[in-house]
Amino acid sequence: MNSNSFVSIADISKDEILDLLSRAEYFEAHTNSKLLDGKVVATLFFEPSTRTRLSFETAVNRLGGRIIGFSDPGTSSSSKGESLKDTIKMVSNYADLIVMRHHLEGAARYATEVTDIPIVNAGDGANQHPSQTMLDLYSIYKTQGKLTDLTITLVGDLKYGRTVHSLLQAMKYFNPHFVFVSSPELAMPAEYKEFCRVEGIDFVETTDFSPEVINASDIIYMTRVQRERFTDPLEYERVKDLYTLHDCMLADSKDNLRVLHPLPRVGEIDPDVDDNPKAYYFEQAHNGMFARQAIITRALGINPLK
Amino acid sequence: MKTDKTELAVAALKDGTVIDHIPSSVVFKAVEILGLTHTEHAVTIGCNLASKRLGSKGIIKVADTFFDNDVLNRIALIAPDAVVNVIRDYEVVEKYPVTLPDTIVGIVKCDNPKCVTNNEPMRTRFDVVSRNPVVIRCHYCNHSVDGNDAKIL
Repeated sequence: MNSNSFVSIADISKDEILDLLSRAEYFEAHTNSKLLDGKVVATLFFEPSTRTRLSFETAVNRLGGRIIGFSDPGTSSSSKGESLKDTIKMVSNYADLIVMRHHLEGAARYATEVTDIPIVNAGDGANQHPSQTMLDLYSIYKTQGKLTDLTITLVGDLKYGRTVHSLLQAMKYFNPHFVFVSSPELAMPAEYKEFCRVEGIDFVETTDFSPEVINASDIIYMTRVQRERFTDPLEYERVKDLYTLHDCMLADSKDNLRVLHPLPRVGEIDPDVDDNPKAYYFEQAHNGMFARQAIITRALGINPLK
Repeated sequence: MKTDKTELAVAALKDGTVIDHIPSSVVFKAVEILGLTHTEHAVTIGCNLASKRLGSKGIIKVADTFFDNDVLNRIALIAPDAVVNVIRDYEVVEKYPVTLPDTIVGIVKCDNPKCVTNNEPMRTRFDVVSRNPVVIRCHYCNHSVDGNDAKIL
C-alpha cells in the first residue's frame, strides 16, 4: 500500500486539502510544468468516462509525463476474465502511478492493497470520486476567496448524488452552513445528516427552492435529477421543474454567489443562466485539470511549491 | 445416581472451552466461524436449551481446545452476549464475555451487489462503527450494515 494514494476525500486531513488547493493554485498559474519528466502514468478506465479521463490525461501531459492505459475495458484483459488484482499488479510493473475508474464500489481501495505504487481513484461506481470533490473545493475557494463560513445550497438529487455527499464530508473542516433543497424522494440520506450532527455542521432541509434560499447563498450547487430515480414519471416531471434554475431567479442574489454543477447537466440549469457572471460550471470543469495536476503530483511525492 | 437431561447437556469437561449464551438460531453458524466442522476433538453442541437470559440458548463445548481471543471474538457479531469458559482439570479457570473487534475480516458478506468484494476473489473487511446497536461498515464500498442483518459468509 502506498500512503500517497488518493481513494476517498474522507481519508485526507484538512492540511492535506489545503496543500492540494495551494498546488492547484500553482498549476493554474504554471499550467505547463514539466515536473513528471520520465514518469509513466497509467490511466485504467474499466468503465468509460471520457470527461474524467481527458481531464486526467491532459493534466499528465501538461506536467510532462507519459501515459499508458485503456479507456474501454473491452480492450483490456479484464474482458478475458482477469481479476482486478492481476491487472493492477501487472500494470504496477510498468507505471509510476495508476489513475483508475471502475464500476465496482471499493475497487480503488482494493487496488491500493495489492500494489505499492500510488492509486488515484477516478471514480468507483456510486461510491467515491474524490478528484471531483477537489475541483469543487478549488472552485469554491477560488470564487469566494476562502472556504470558511459559507452558506452552500445543494439542490436536486441529494440522495444518490455522490458529489454532494463527498463535498459535505470535505467541508466539515470549514464551518459551513448547508441548505439541502430537494423533493422528499431525493432527500439527503439519514447517514449524512447524522454525519453533520456528529461533526457539528449546521444545516437546514427544505423542499422549497425559494428566493429566500437563493438570496442567502454563497454557493448554489445544482445536481442532475435523473428520470430513472423515479417510479412515477409524473412525479419526475413535477420535481424536475421545481428544481430548475432560471436566470430571473438570481436577480436578488448575493454578488459573490456562484452557481456550480458537476456536469453533465440536462435541464436543471436553464441555458439562460449561462451568460450570467454568477454561472461558474464551465470554469468549474476547467478547474478540474488544476485539481488533478495537484492530486497527481501529491501522489508521486513531487512538490511544486518547494 | 440418576442423571437428568440437563446435566447431560452440560456434562463435565476435563480440559477445553465452553462457549455459553449463544442465541440458538446461530449456534451452527458459530460452530462454522470457530472452524470446528473439521476438528478431531470432542465437540458437544447444545441448541434450544432453556435460558433465563435469552429464553432459549445454545452452547458449544470443545474438549482439549483453547482458542485465541481473536478467534473467539469473531462470533461476537452474531452472538454478542456469548460467554467463554476456559476449563482446566474440571475447573473453570477463566470466564469472560466475547468482545466485538474493531475490524471484521472474512466473516461477513457485503450486501451491496456492486461492492468489489462480491465480484473479485478477495476477503471482505468491515469496520465497526457502532457497538450498541452494532453497525458495521464495508471497508471497501462504505455500505453500512446492522449487526443483526449481517450475512455471514
